[in-house]
Amino acid sequence: MVASRAIGSLRRFAASRAFRPHGYIFRNFTGSSALLARTHITYGVKGDVAVVRINSPNSKVNTLNKELQAEFTEVMNEIWASDSIRSAVLISSKPGCFIAGADINMLAACKTSQEVTQVSQEGQRMFEKLEKSPKPIVAAISGSCLGGGLELAIACQYRIATKDRKTVLGAPEVLLGILPGAGGTQRLPKMVGVPAAFDMMLTGRNIRADRAKKMGLVDQLVEPLGPGLKPPAERTIEYLEEVAVTFAKGLADKKISVKRNKGLMEKLTSYAMSIPFVRQQVYKKVEETVRKQTKGLYPAPLKIIEVVKTGIEQGSDAGYISESQKFGELAMTKESKALMGLYHGQVLCKKNKFGTPQKEVKHLAVLGAGLMGAGIAQVSVDKGLKTILKDATLPGLGRGQQQVFKGLNDKVKKKALTSFERDSIFSNLTGQLDYQGFEKTDMVIEAVFEDLSLKHKVLKEVEAVIPDHCIFASNTSALPISSIASVSKRPEKVIGMHYFSPVDKMQLLEIITTDRTSKDTMSSAVAVGLKQGKVIIVVKDGPGFYTTRCLAPMMSEVIRILQEGVDPKKLDSLTTSFGFPVGAATLVDEVGVDVAKHVAEDLGRTFGERFGGGSIELLKQMVSKGFLGRKAGKGFYIYQEGVKNKNLNSDMDSIFASLKVPPKPDVSLDEDIQYRLVTRFVNEAAMCLQEGILATPAEGDIGAVFGLGFPPCLGGPFRFVDLYGAQKIVDRLRKYEGAFGKQFTPCQLLVDHANGSKKFYQ
Amino acid sequence: MTSILTYTLKTLPSTSKWALRFSVRTLSCSSQLHAAPAVQTSSKKTLAKPNVRNIVVVEGVRIPFLLSGTSYKDLMPHDLARAALSGLLHRTNIPKEVVDYIIFGTVIQEVKTSNVAREAALGAGFSDKTPAHTVTMACISANQAMTTAVGLIAAGQYDVVVAGGVELMSDVPIRHSRKMRKMMLDLNKAKTLGQRLSLLSKFRLNFLAPELPAVAEFSTNETMGHSADRLAAAFSVSRLEQDEYALRSHNLAKKAQDEGLLSDIVPFKVPGRDTVTKDNGIRPSSLEQMAKLKPAFIKPYGTVTAANSSFLTDGASAMLIMAEEKALALGYKPKAYLRDFVYVSQDPKDQLLLGPTYATPKVLEKAGLTMNDIDAFEFHEAFSGQILANFRAMDSDWFAQNYMGRKTKVGLPPLDKFNNWGGSLSLGHPFGATGVRLVMTAANRLRKDGGQYGLVAACAAGGQGHAMIVEAYPK
Repeated sequence: MVASRAIGSLRRFAASRAFRPHGYIFRNFTGSSALLARTHITYGVKGDVAVVRINSPNSKVNTLNKELQAEFTEVMNEIWASDSIRSAVLISSKPGCFIAGADINMLAACKTSQEVTQVSQEGQRMFEKLEKSPKPIVAAISGSCLGGGLELAIACQYRIATKDRKTVLGAPEVLLGILPGAGGTQRLPKMVGVPAAFDMMLTGRNIRADRAKKMGLVDQLVEPLGPGLKPPAERTIEYLEEVAVTFAKGLADKKISVKRNKGLMEKLTSYAMSIPFVRQQVYKKVEETVRKQTKGLYPAPLKIIEVVKTGIEQGSDAGYISESQKFGELAMTKESKALMGLYHGQVLCKKNKFGTPQKEVKHLAVLGAGLMGAGIAQVSVDKGLKTILKDATLPGLGRGQQQVFKGLNDKVKKKALTSFERDSIFSNLTGQLDYQGFEKTDMVIEAVFEDLSLKHKVLKEVEAVIPDHCIFASNTSALPISSIASVSKRPEKVIGMHYFSPVDKMQLLEIITTDRTSKDTMSSAVAVGLKQGKVIIVVKDGPGFYTTRCLAPMMSEVIRILQEGVDPKKLDSLTTSFGFPVGAATLVDEVGVDVAKHVAEDLGRTFGERFGGGSIELLKQMVSKGFLGRKAGKGFYIYQEGVKNKNLNSDMDSIFASLKVPPKPDVSLDEDIQYRLVTRFVNEAAMCLQEGILATPAEGDIGAVFGLGFPPCLGGPFRFVDLYGAQKIVDRLRKYEGAFGKQFTPCQLLVDHANGSKKFYQ
Repeated sequence: MTSILTYTLKTLPSTSKWALRFSVRTLSCSSQLHAAPAVQTSSKKTLAKPNVRNIVVVEGVRIPFLLSGTSYKDLMPHDLARAALSGLLHRTNIPKEVVDYIIFGTVIQEVKTSNVAREAALGAGFSDKTPAHTVTMACISANQAMTTAVGLIAAGQYDVVVAGGVELMSDVPIRHSRKMRKMMLDLNKAKTLGQRLSLLSKFRLNFLAPELPAVAEFSTNETMGHSADRLAAAFSVSRLEQDEYALRSHNLAKKAQDEGLLSDIVPFKVPGRDTVTKDNGIRPSSLEQMAKLKPAFIKPYGTVTAANSSFLTDGASAMLIMAEEKALALGYKPKAYLRDFVYVSQDPKDQLLLGPTYATPKVLEKAGLTMNDIDAFEFHEAFSGQILANFRAMDSDWFAQNYMGRKTKVGLPPLDKFNNWGGSLSLGHPFGATGVRLVMTAANRLRKDGGQYGLVAACAAGGQGHAMIVEAYPK
């Protein structure tokens, strides 16, 4: 090992001397030469400053994995040992990424919590050495600096970050059900104060560079550069390095101090936090909030609070021990496995498995300027797509345009956009009432009212004016795409794109393909969706596709439960305490009672008994009384502008009374109610996979969590079956089947999984 | 072909000796009007175009450019403009009824004199029958005034136009806040005491916060100095290089001033003060002293400082532009032709100050010239870093290929022909007035050193740029 390292450095020395007089840039050689000992980390010396460059091979991002850590330790030891080096700069060679975090596969490979604890302790030790380094170390951050990357950066003596939108700092561990395990829980509170540290670690939010500077998370900012004698991104990194080197020199010469002037508010906060009583109040308050928001379903946030508290109250030694132990425990939880599964699924659903389309979509048209249409237009224009928004009436169009403008303007208020950028983005939108300019469109997405004959009319009108290559996409939540395509002259160009409301907030896009949809159409639709920033699942056509189809049987059960006399508030609290973000009754109100009725009727006709349970009569009566949900101001609840606590709609009592069914006591416990809802959902999801509507369980999980709010802590219906046990699910289904009937009959796939020991995820 | 030839001959001023030479030359060449100068060795081809009037600069003047806050500080912009206009009148003795039109450029507008051209002309002794308008195009406002004049004359609408520019940075309009303005306007409309009182009750102390004129680009919210610093960094221009270039500018300006080469200056008797006769921003210093300054924009590690940037300046300039035949008929001996010009624009964020790089090759191409044909370069020096970044860009094949759609680099202007009499860094830069100074310096340098072509180029806020070819008038 030692020998090979020596050879490696000799080679580098020779090579660099031949090409560069001062020989500090090895970047050119690391990629090409497999003989080099180090593949992730290289370093060179500028004057008396060591520049350590991180560049994991064959990857867009740097992740802290075993090899990188080993090489890093090796390099740092050399630097510490060298007499000619007085300071160091850490920088990534990849534009857009400093270090994106620890390698989560490294954790997945661990079998026990002890192993994970050990991983954490190794990290802690490495970063402690950095923190105590006798030679100042400057972290030069450009691009994402997350998780382990942030922990590395805050262990350094000084941080300089590029002030661009790609440069974000954050501790997103909590989103994976774990905690910052390499000293982050101990260093962050000292650096930015306890409240800010809690906020970062408990929300996992990304912090932009300029905000980080204000918080004291970074010490200097470097503005991104424009074109010069090299591509801007490349030169910006070089510039960042140059600036970081001057600061490293300054620190080594003691010309620059690492101390930072705190603002008045910061001083006050840190003073307040030095009073034990205040600290106790803060812990209590934070814990209360967390409990309220997570309903106790997520263990990680509570552990984070505990670990931070230990570090502050009992000293950092105790803090480090607690951090590594809790890290190990958390990594073994079901919740963490579920959340990591979702992370992997999300990565998968951010790729276009159909390859690059023949023709990139540049001109888009959206038909219908309603809530959905305008939402689709908004997420399109801000990615630079030229978009026509067409509606049938001027007031309708105006409302849609205002929605797009407001969406963008809200970003200006949050300082995510400048007003100039807003104007320039908004200029990508053309609002019109006719089909002018449709001859140039590459894709038309219709978002008109859910009515087959109307969709047919629109399709025919559009096909008369669009060019041959143009794709026709239908945004529908339940109408089968093949029936829409039946009147098309070119069914291979027809596809379904099911967006979720509100489009600018909901990440999911469900793309529906028919037997006749061409592959290029699919890849085009996925490409557009990815451009719009969506997480995409691609499913086969069928009544209700995947998402609506899973939701419908659950909704049928919701009605049944309400008919049994459970009041909507109780039902809501049962569903949210199971992990759904929105209560089941509220969800119906949000979706719209008329829409729910429409879908229930449609799918009920197709699927018959399996979608039975609740009486659709309830929805019909609500519609006839005008209780259409939030949009009408009345549904299960009464909605008033400016009133926070919504009250039950007492006019519903008579409807409930007229449709009341007696509850069955042995299957009506709170837990039963929850499982009746969830098992029907899961059963239908499995049915979709069985029938081939879904291609993979991962897409099923992503669709359920991101589109329908399936509890993320359960990881989606398929992950849930794996973690909870297929046998237990089937047992529950059988029990309810006995009580209620065929709607609970478990599908074959679930039964197979229960009998064998097969899992959806290996 | 013959018809074109005869037409050209007809439009050429018959009294000019040069014209005679030209006609001889063209006749001697069998077919091409713009044939290579086979006969002449001392002078290159001329840029006269068939069917286009020749437009000449008869004379151009400026009042001394002063650091803002000095001798001009109590004046108003139209006072400076008036001084430049009277200086022009005085030097050229132009009968005032001959002037057809007046155009001035300005950037920060004094609200009371938003058409500063008209206010200044009225007070400067021009005829009240001569219309005037004001143009604005950031630092190339005077260039816009001149080219507007060229356009008007070329189109045959006018024969004699005065173009100029003015800027007074000693005083800038500072406004009430929008909320305060709205309240004041509403108060105006309020009819009853009750309405007025209810409006006044909405007053908040923060309404009194004043609104300063923007020093930043509206589109990007970035100040120009900040952008210049980034530009210098993008092209790896060091602090030392910038200081060296600034020092060069000051030294050359000092030399030109001492040798009396800045002949476009007309003295200005400031009311209540002494007569101002020369620019006061020329301060040759040493590199050591310049190195002591802290960065002005990107703190603490930037490279643009007060010493290597142009300073806030008060000043005005004016130029008499005519159709050649008119000038000759009036008995003038013109100083130069104004030839092809271009305006360019690019990304206002990252290429804010690269106008000269884009404009130079375009105007050369348009005129059928190459870099080698140019005898005098006059570039506007907003910042040392900006000039040096433009040099790097012009000298880079990579930049030319990736950002300019050219196969090869533009090429570097030779430094010994570049801003030899100082530039905006040392002489000062009254935004609206600099363009005329550039053209007059180019013309005067050509007259003194005997060259034929001058190239004027400038960058401007908004990511815009300008370049023009100035051709010496044959002696």
